[in-house]
Amino acid sequence: MHTVVNLWPLLGIAVVVAGFLLRANPVLVVIAACGVTGIAGGLPVMHLLESLGTAFVKTRNLPMILLLPLAAIGLLERAGLKEHAQASIAKIRSATTGRLLTVYLLVRELAAAFGLTSLGGHPNMVRPLVAPMAEAAAEARGVQLDEAMRQRIRAMSAATDNVGLFFGEDVFVAFGAIVLMQTILRAEGLEVDPLHMALWGIPTAVTAFLIHAWNLRRLDAHILKAAR
Amino acid sequence: MILALDDFYILVGLLFAATAIMNLCDRTNPRRFTTALFWGLYALLYLAGSRMPPAATGLLMIAMALVAGFGLVKGGKAHLPPEETRRAGAARLGHKLLVPALAIPVVTMIGSTLLKDVRIDATPLLDPKNLTLVSMGCASMIALALACWFTRATPLQGVREARRLIDAMSWAVVLPHMLAVLGLLFSEAGVGKAVAHITTSYIAMDSRLVACAAFCIGMALFTVVMGNGFAAFPVIAGGIGIPVLVGVYHANPAVMAAIGMFSAYCGTLMTPMAANFNIVPAALLELHDKNAVIKAQLPTALPLLLANIVLLYFLMYR
Repeated sequence: MHTVVNLWPLLGIAVVVAGFLLRANPVLVVIAACGVTGIAGGLPVMHLLESLGTAFVKTRNLPMILLLPLAAIGLLERAGLKEHAQASIAKIRSATTGRLLTVYLLVRELAAAFGLTSLGGHPNMVRPLVAPMAEAAAEARGVQLDEAMRQRIRAMSAATDNVGLFFGEDVFVAFGAIVLMQTILRAEGLEVDPLHMALWGIPTAVTAFLIHAWNLRRLDAHILKAAR
Repeated sequence: MILALDDFYILVGLLFAATAIMNLCDRTNPRRFTTALFWGLYALLYLAGSRMPPAATGLLMIAMALVAGFGLVKGGKAHLPPEETRRAGAARLGHKLLVPALAIPVVTMIGSTLLKDVRIDATPLLDPKNLTLVSMGCASMIALALACWFTRATPLQGVREARRLIDAMSWAVVLPHMLAVLGLLFSEAGVGKAVAHITTSYIAMDSRLVACAAFCIGMALFTVVMGNGFAAFPVIAGGIGIPVLVGVYHANPAVMAAIGMFSAYCGTLMTPMAANFNIVPAALLELHDKNAVIKAQLPTALPLLLANIVLLYFLMYR
């Protein structure tokens, strides 16, 4: 039997890709893609507006993780939290940027694998603690960091948090992704034990740690080379 | 329940309202009226969004996007004490400064594990459907109280500092939210079905390696487009994973699912569409290049995707 699939909504994807390639403002790209997808998908304008509004109100929980800690973190920054974190890391002689971030990667990934996904995050850990410490670890060894290298270290700190979180959390049985996979496979008539899915995630989780730790070693070498 | 997610929506709404008012009164902000309009609209959507007609909230969202998209959202001049003062503060307060920062994850964990089933007069203390977020809300309030106590600052100063950080991130704050809306619209308009139709009609799956590669790369690519592995998984598992890998090659579904989801996560590391992981941190860390975090992640994501194809190929019969 041949069913006709409407391919026009793919125009929405084309708008997103073109927008990001042309470096247009991402918010404008998203709103344009919403319009194009809705019209190409055959939604009437009023229905499209209602879909957008309902979806926006329903997803208000998303920015909360970012917004809730800001007041406390801002106050601590004002009182010298970054400076304290930097002074503390400078006292550890063997600390380098790469080693520090590797330890953070390990802790973040293991904690996430035990379901402790909130032990980290960009607003409450990376900005006030991890990134300043990663910069200070290089400076404590007498390396002069230029602005480009500082930016690169900070970006790597954020990347390390993401890699640790993503490849740790999926090894935890009660994580949403496992539940989602089980539900979808069940709908297709496949009964799969969540524990097996969690266990079969471990080879990738270990590989992710090794690859990222190797990249962090390369970052250390790069910092030393740039300093010479 | 005694503490629900809606209570924290009100709190965040008030924070945005304060951001709007502070920007409106701030003559150092070159775009203070439009900036106040932007944060004011966001405040309104948090405070009253669930009581407004959906079409009206849709219009407000578009208005916010247009104000932000045409560069009309700016920040005021940040007021941080000079570095010497902050160094002196760090020397005086020492490790005490770490206590409120670490209280956020610790209290969140306590709330979402130990306080999960606590009830007062048969009413749950914390909203069971949004346990982690509500716990994190409580944790943030406790951290704010501790920070005020240690640094002898007022909660109002805390709001001012939050505004400074929100100003620094600017419209990036709202990008993950708008992308989530686009994701929901994509599934409503049938984008997933169209992609599955194309991948399954145009790729020949008659070799096991090609099928494994198509599955993993399909997961990653579709996640790059949608910004979310959870959106990609049903489409690609339904299009390639179940009919081809399990149906034709008799793969173990647990291996297929686990490695498939991790391939999707490789995609998450590579896309600006996953804004809360990739674009917001760039804004939060004040990076000039908003794609800097993605560029830092590519040397991990691409080899890992390759490793996933190999792992799937060799482990699928286990």
